Amino acid sequence: MNTRRFDALIVGGGGAGLRAALQLARSDYKVAVVSKVFPTRSHTVSAQGGITAALANVDDDRWEWHMYDTVKGGDWLGDQDAIEFMCREAASAVYELEHMGLPFSRLDNGKIYQRPFGGQSKNFGGDQATRTCAAADRTGHALLHTLYQQNIAHRTQFFDEYFALDLLRDAEGYCLGVTAMSIETGEPLLIEARTTLLATGGAGRVFWNSSNAMINTGDGLGMVLRAGLPLQDMEFWQFHPTGIAGVGCLITEGVRGEGGYLLNRNGERFMERYAPHAKDLAGRDVVARAIAIEIAEGRGCGARGDYVDLKLDHLGEKTIAEKLPGIRDLAIRFAGVDPAEKAIPVAPTAHYMMGGIPTNLHGQVVAPARFGPEEPVPGLYAVGECACVSVHGANRLGGNSLLDLVVFGRAAGMHMLEYLRDNPYARPLPDHAAEASLARLARWEQSGSERVAAITDDLRRVMQAHAGVFRIDAVLRDGLGKLGELETRLAHAGLQDTSRVFNTARIEALELENLMGVARATLVSALNRTESRGAHTREDFPQRDDEHWLKHTLYSREGDQVDAKPVRLKPLTVESIRPKERVY
Amino acid sequence: MKFRLHRYNPETDAKPFMQDVELDIDPAGKMLLDALLAIKAQDETLSLRRSCREGVCGSDAVNVNGKNRLACITPLPELKEPIEVRPLPGLPVIRDLIVDMEPFYKQYRSIKPWLVNDAPEPEVERLQSPADRALLDGAYECILCACCTTSCPSFWWNPDTFVGPAGLLQAYRFIADSRDEATAARLDNLEDPYRLYRCRGIMSCVEACPKGLNPTAAIGRIKSLLVKRRV
Repeated sequence: MNTRRFDALIVGGGGAGLRAALQLARSDYKVAVVSKVFPTRSHTVSAQGGITAALANVDDDRWEWHMYDTVKGGDWLGDQDAIEFMCREAASAVYELEHMGLPFSRLDNGKIYQRPFGGQSKNFGGDQATRTCAAADRTGHALLHTLYQQNIAHRTQFFDEYFALDLLRDAEGYCLGVTAMSIETGEPLLIEARTTLLATGGAGRVFWNSSNAMINTGDGLGMVLRAGLPLQDMEFWQFHPTGIAGVGCLITEGVRGEGGYLLNRNGERFMERYAPHAKDLAGRDVVARAIAIEIAEGRGCGARGDYVDLKLDHLGEKTIAEKLPGIRDLAIRFAGVDPAEKAIPVAPTAHYMMGGIPTNLHGQVVAPARFGPEEPVPGLYAVGECACVSVHGANRLGGNSLLDLVVFGRAAGMHMLEYLRDNPYARPLPDHAAEASLARLARWEQSGSERVAAITDDLRRVMQAHAGVFRIDAVLRDGLGKLGELETRLAHAGLQDTSRVFNTARIEALELENLMGVARATLVSALNRTESRGAHTREDFPQRDDEHWLKHTLYSREGDQVDAKPVRLKPLTVESIRPKERVY
Repeated sequence: MKFRLHRYNPETDAKPFMQDVELDIDPAGKMLLDALLAIKAQDETLSLRRSCREGVCGSDAVNVNGKNRLACITPLPELKEPIEVRPLPGLPVIRDLIVDMEPFYKQYRSIKPWLVNDAPEPEVERLQSPADRALLDGAYECILCACCTTSCPSFWWNPDTFVGPAGLLQAYRFIADSRDEATAARLDNLEDPYRLYRCRGIMSCVEACPKGLNPTAAIGRIKSLLVKRRV
């Protein structure tokens, strides 16, 4: 088997992976990035509205207020040490992106343009803040291209269109790299590295109606589950309130930040009933639930009453052209309406995974071990949507995702440099380290009666129906039963196409295996948590229950085991923000 | 609906061929990518790239009825049947609708697509007026889909030496950036009978760009900057 050796390996070429890679590429260490797509095709490119940092360019602001909003937005499930770290680092992380060349929109005084976003407040829950830094409504595109450009400048080595298969670990648990496969040739490849970072992004394609790119299949999560490591808080999925109805493509929260608002079939601004103070700029979970209720109670728009209207024509052509040009494009193409004239039909769409691979604030993957619930797995890191650090808690605030990528991408890159200094010699790779991966590849050489595409479709429908915005015990259990049937079908699936060269059917089969693991982790974790918190809404347990559930879920594949670990309520330097009722 | 798809599997096919496919699909509200994925669900040997399915990642550029387009934002009802789908022209075909993009990426890298500013970094952002920032509009939005470059005859004939419209638009994006200090070096890098001047201004790139960008105009501005610095 072909083998390549590096000091550091990054799996994933989105914002998190590229930011970490840049940190390492600036050193003398050899760093490689493995990405299943050319890096600028990664899902970071789709982020629209912006990146949040208390720059105070438009209005008074402080990172402490940002921290408060993030804790509250996450319904107190976020770890306050990590949240303090992220909000403290936010301004410098954004300035650094600007210095790298990110083409931020500008205010008249030449500073970075900022817009209001949901869940942002001044003075710890006071008036609306204006905190999200934007490059029109293409901030993710601008950010991803800028980071890719910097990586070219620093000669990062890219393995584009290589699909990562499994983690390589030794008997003592050290991560020694990954097995991968060239998509172009079908050749397996062993990549050894003293330290490995997973930055494989989300898994939103596990739902039928999703804002996510087709590549968001939870590949890093599958790798971690197969390595016997746990996933954290997988019951928490954000449904973005404003996906284009029936399509799922995202319409940024920035539309409401710029002054757009939601209407039901009676022309009522219904958010005033659900969030009298913040209205359309309440937390995303709050707005998504409100829309779902309006639709369920017969106040949806259109012939089938299955969406609500997002009105922004009153903002005027000029604002729409300057600040929301991409949205206008998307609405014209996918909804057939020009938002400068008519409201956009929207409905909640699966958008973001708050849970993921548990890490500490250096990005080190942590797992329960002999000495406690949070022992670092030596050599292994995770950052970005695939990771759960946890800054987003039970519900992420808009604009905090891009921030998470760059703050923790940089932090992980720096910690990996320390790790490389402390561990100067590569550990020997155990014999047969790649055996499990080769067996997985060989398994897809066998014929079978079931088709991958059909199982994938059914999986996404099951998850939509059984683990959507509203959840209930019996429906979740039923979903687990159906998932079991799908797993049986997967065992009997085979490929019609067993060729080597650019066999995307094979990649989709491997992706489905990863999605299956994500689905099981989600259903089991959701069933286990008998309370409603943030994005996890149990109709049978409608209240938040801090006494029993102010804790993180840890799911392990072995026996569908569910454990818990405490939420870190103690920040690094400031006072703890004590749990209280979450109202907007 | 009727489709004619370019098929080529290097392991089994001696040469490429066009395959006629009939698909039972209601085109209303659907994009070409929806149809290609529906065909792939029936016959998984069909290979194509795709990711965001909303026109921002640039993965699924193909040649549709003779024009380079992104499959995910090409409305199905607009297309004349049989809908002929081929890989992007001018790049080596790896399989079916998938081309080797490396010659395109190589030209992109050749213009040194990163901001150069060696002044000490301020503690906050570098200032840029809205008017200066507006110069980047129409230049920074490129998604590297290669629709423009692979519609350009000059690139077909000189893929090793002509930067091509996408790369030149990106070169202009940095030249136009008030924060960038490398304009002279960037112009030096392009002042060459092939790298820049193979552009004959036929504007195929403008017509092909799915994001509505205008590489020809950017190339024109680079040329006039070169003229200006000579006088």
